[in-house]
Amino acid sequence: MTRRWLDKQAHLVVLAALAAALLAAPFALGRGDLRLLTEMLCMLALAQMWNLLAGYMGLISIGQHAFVGFGGYVFFALAVLAGVPLLWALPLVLAAGVAVALPTGLLAFRLSGPYFAVGTWVIAEVYRLLAAQVSSLGGGSGISLPIALVRDFAAHPVLRDRLIYWLCLGLALIVVLGSWWLMRTRVGLALTAMGDSEQAAQSCGVPTQRLKRALYVVIAALSALIGALIFLQKLRISPAAAFSLNDWTITIIFIAVLGGIGTLEGPILGVIVYFLLREYFSQLGNWYMVMLGVVSIGIMLFEPKGLWGIVQRHTRWRLFPVRHRLNDQAEE
Amino acid sequence: MIAEFADALVQGLLLGGLYALFAAGLSLLFGIIRFVNLAHGDFIILAAYLGLMLVEATGLHPLLALLVVPPFMAALGYAGQRLLLNRVVERGLLPAILVTFGLSIIIQNLLLEVFSANARRVPAGALDVASVALPGGINVGVLPLVIFAAAVLALGGLGWFFRHTMTGRLLRAVSDDPPIVGLIGADRRHLFAVATAIAALTAGLAGVLLMMKTNFDPAAGPARLLFAFEAVIIGGLRNLWGTLAGGMILGIAQGIGARIDPGWQLLAGHLVFLLVLAVRPRGLFGGRRR
Repeated sequence: MTRRWLDKQAHLVVLAALAAALLAAPFALGRGDLRLLTEMLCMLALAQMWNLLAGYMGLISIGQHAFVGFGGYVFFALAVLAGVPLLWALPLVLAAGVAVALPTGLLAFRLSGPYFAVGTWVIAEVYRLLAAQVSSLGGGSGISLPIALVRDFAAHPVLRDRLIYWLCLGLALIVVLGSWWLMRTRVGLALTAMGDSEQAAQSCGVPTQRLKRALYVVIAALSALIGALIFLQKLRISPAAAFSLNDWTITIIFIAVLGGIGTLEGPILGVIVYFLLREYFSQLGNWYMVMLGVVSIGIMLFEPKGLWGIVQRHTRWRLFPVRHRLNDQAEE
Repeated sequence: MIAEFADALVQGLLLGGLYALFAAGLSLLFGIIRFVNLAHGDFIILAAYLGLMLVEATGLHPLLALLVVPPFMAALGYAGQRLLLNRVVERGLLPAILVTFGLSIIIQNLLLEVFSANARRVPAGALDVASVALPGGINVGVLPLVIFAAAVLALGGLGWFFRHTMTGRLLRAVSDDPPIVGLIGADRRHLFAVATAIAALTAGLAGVLLMMKTNFDPAAGPARLLFAFEAVIIGGLRNLWGTLAGGMILGIAQGIGARIDPGWQLLAGHLVFLLVLAVRPRGLFGGRRR
């Protein structure tokens, strides 16, 4: 018991130290590095949410770029067309995310399994094509944020980068710790059951459809918010960049697959390894993309639980323990 | 004005044949192996590039590529299923989807590496400009007619194959109840590979027809996958002729959309698909289950 208690404290200390280091990072890093870290946090949040959908609920979406792009566009529309101060526009983006995810979900959930996957992809295409039709937002070529609003948000570029970083850090922490918390609640137990067998979970009284829809909407809204932050940093938006299948869906799927689908730690490990790979190999161009494809197929064939699966085989240590619970209860 | 829309209608109908051919391979695999091959569109574009290479190397008429490319694609499909996909298809949805998604990215980028991002088309000689006049002042190109006829013939051939050959019947049996097929002594892994070979064969046919009809580039695959998917859903699952109707509806929607505004060509097709999904989720000529 003492050993276990000590482990628990050490574990919390590690997590707190990590969070503190991340909070203080802007004071230690240069602008370029800080922007890279911001991007990593956004990708981590997106990958973790995709992982919740696919790894725990069997909802394989290939259309998450719909919500990232939508969030970016609503954010720009509020700023450009209505002159809403940027900080105020963010909660509105969240609300708009919920508002658009509800009907989108209604359509997408008419399809199941592999058809759900392609259906979400079509819907994202529709969003992209519609965004390109809005001429007041630059049509197909896109538009920039009004410089006055950007100055209101933060007078100095360095301060702006830091604010965006902290907002992204906050979101990433909410998503990662929120998933951890969720997995330790009744809902988490239900999700784990669904991951093992949806029919069995249903027969135990888990309202699987309701759970799926609710989480789908929450995740869509948070993705929209991340989209707003991503394009706040870029200061410019276009349909191709906002609704990029490559950037906001393929990459996050790769991160989740690489790190380990169906584990909370997987996406964190995945995001670190992905950015290392990108740093060293992206200059290979097409061959780099071929390599990503080969790696993900290799993982699916030989290591379906990804890199974290390999780690798990060699150590009992977990960053976000959710599976010890039964043991804990048994010992108590 | 009316003539213009009638023209869009006819062109759309003819294009629908090609879309149905895109869709046939996709729905075949879903029916038999219960998975969606996300690389299906890239198979079609790969076949188009193979046809391009063949025509450029030998100077043959592009229509003759129909005799070479589809069988080659079928062999590729058989091998791919045996060596790669059979390892994942029975491990659930996620591995199969992700492996084919990975294949899609690999094919696209290899094509990009070899052929560059430039859009290509294979001229079909005199066929390109030949046309027949229909009553009402509508001119229909001979090439779209040939493509439509080839697509419908291929669909008819598929229907015949599933009804009248031993392998076809076995495949339908796998589709109805996979475990039972093992009991009657058939090799499921072989049948899966045959199914993929046929799907790849249709992709090969579609690719060769496509290369004469429109410009294509290495990134053109996913859009073809989405058209195929929409044709299947609009027409209703497990219904070959429903798929043809679905392809035609999609083709007409795109044609009319394009007449309204070039930006609306794809959008109109997608919106019709979403409308069908909202109103009749089982498709217009609905299958029993999905």
